[in-house]
Amino acid sequence: MAMLTQEKLLEVQGLQTYFFTDEGISKAVDGIDFSVHRGETLGLVGESGCGKSMTSLSIMQLLSRPGRTVGGQILFKNEDLLTKSEEQMRRIRGKEISMIFQEPMTSLNPVYTVGEQVAEVFRLHENLGRKEAWAKAVELLRMVGIPSPEERAHQEPFRLSGGMRQRVMIAMAMACQPDLLIADEPTTALDVTVQSQILDLMKQLQERMGMSIILITHDLGVVAETCDRVAVLYAGQIVEYASVDSIFDNPKHPYTQGLLQSLPRIDEDQEELLAIPGTVPSPYDLPSGCRFAPRCAFRKDICSTAQPELLKNSDEEWVRCWMYDENWSGSDASGQPHISNQEGSKVI
Amino acid sequence: MLTYIVRRLIQTVPVIFGVILVVFLIMQMVPGDPAVLIAGDGASEETVQAIRHDLGLDRPLPLQYIQYVLDVFRGDLGTSYRSDHPVMDEIMLRLPTTIQLALASIVITIVLGMIAGIVSATRQHSTADRLIMLVALLGISLPSFWLGMMLISFFSVKYHLLPVTGWGSLEHVILPAITLGASGAAIVARMTRSSMLDVIHQDYIRTARAKGLKNRLIVYKHALKNALIPVITVIGLQFGTLLGGTVLVESVFAINGLGRLIVDAIRMRDLPVVQGGVLVASVIFVFVNLGVDLLYRYFNKRIEMD
Repeated sequence: MAMLTQEKLLEVQGLQTYFFTDEGISKAVDGIDFSVHRGETLGLVGESGCGKSMTSLSIMQLLSRPGRTVGGQILFKNEDLLTKSEEQMRRIRGKEISMIFQEPMTSLNPVYTVGEQVAEVFRLHENLGRKEAWAKAVELLRMVGIPSPEERAHQEPFRLSGGMRQRVMIAMAMACQPDLLIADEPTTALDVTVQSQILDLMKQLQERMGMSIILITHDLGVVAETCDRVAVLYAGQIVEYASVDSIFDNPKHPYTQGLLQSLPRIDEDQEELLAIPGTVPSPYDLPSGCRFAPRCAFRKDICSTAQPELLKNSDEEWVRCWMYDENWSGSDASGQPHISNQEGSKVI
Repeated sequence: MLTYIVRRLIQTVPVIFGVILVVFLIMQMVPGDPAVLIAGDGASEETVQAIRHDLGLDRPLPLQYIQYVLDVFRGDLGTSYRSDHPVMDEIMLRLPTTIQLALASIVITIVLGMIAGIVSATRQHSTADRLIMLVALLGISLPSFWLGMMLISFFSVKYHLLPVTGWGSLEHVILPAITLGASGAAIVARMTRSSMLDVIHQDYIRTARAKGLKNRLIVYKHALKNALIPVITVIGLQFGTLLGGTVLVESVFAINGLGRLIVDAIRMRDLPVVQGGVLVASVIFVFVNLGVDLLYRYFNKRIEMD
């Protein structure tokens, strides 16, 4: 794991990003808190539509209409990004915070060579001339492991494989040695063998440059391998936030537990994989109580009527569940919730 | 790229042969005997026969065709029945005018169409967007001869800003070029708009924004080059419509161009001039299409250059 410091690079507080559509207001991100320390990798985990990507686009302020951030703070180096002008944000994007996306096939412009697309970042943020920028781009392509970068730089993206394109995306994101890299499902579209190469590359670069990473994924295997801390999102809210060890060894929230139960393990003899019953609620029509309650095996009366607060303890471990009180002891009579024989779970 | 160009050039040869054949056959099907027309109303049967023999019209059709093709490749398009001048000379006299008109119109089509399309796309749902799309709809719907007459009555007759008819100065070009280019500009505007809107929502535009690029650079560098790919095809097709349109517009504005030459020749059953005129126009179109294809390749490198 990367070197950790106590300095907070990014602190997101009460972030709310809503989509104002004809069907109503979709609360894609609804009061999210988390922080990222320098040099740390934070995993944002959750099912499709839980608000992971919208959180990252909110940080970059790249939301397109009808999406809008309506509340909260995004403190980056102690300055609220939400108060910055578009011009100020433009100078931060690609220089201090950069981003790589899920689809390397479509995330590069098909009509420009990859060299041009990488060099563009240097010309933009470092005011380099055409030649200088090109030379640096080729160097960077070499650094991210692209063979014969001098020739590859002259090629359009369609001549490169998916893994190569993701390397180009990483090169582009790394160009200005950003403080924070947001990687939105960077390996989801890639073959398993290529996935680990890309994750290794990201780790290497992180160690070399000391940047922080927000890794957005639904793959807990990737989280276990790369993250220091994990935020588990459900229906636009954080339900659990803890160190990676704590998440895997001692998951608190029933949703986190469900996610782990549905993960095939190579080190354990598993007879069956348990799926979480039901589906994620529509962001237009969220349950009035705990958002996970309709799918939760430990549902109590209060769960359907009142929303649990995000309980925070001193170790920066947070959980949003009625089973816990301020002292972090499981209030349920059976103590620590355990869902191995969960009723309603189905075998897959 | 060079082998591609050579290959495409070779491919145009059968196309041109085909064009000659079609033009030749159509003229054979046109009712009326040119020999009778040339001889005049009261001419004797012998005179008509003699004229027919002189023109080679009494020979079998395939032979006439072969003779015509051979002549064409020698640069001889025959002699006008009406004026007795070589058809090639008549065409060459009129062609520059039509080319000027076509170029001016295509410039209007491209520049006006693309600017309007980009403005519309970058300000989707705005008043400007709605206005542009309304004007574009009118541009597509209005027949060019009507538009031409309306422009003349407004700009020339009512306000005396521009000349009514004729050719020779820039002022003469403006109204005919607008008349001829309007529908093309409208189609290009709509195409550019929809293509730009499609491109703006692509992932690589999000990547460009995430890099911190200025909006102007995103629109004019990253989006436009991609959006132009389908627009180029439309512009190529528009050029064909435009060549056809010169016939009408040259008649409305009394311009002595190739289009009007062909119309007059049709009226007079002046077969060689019609054939020659249509042939020249077709060959121009074939080469314009070739140019469009090459341009298309330049923009869309995903087409393999084998």
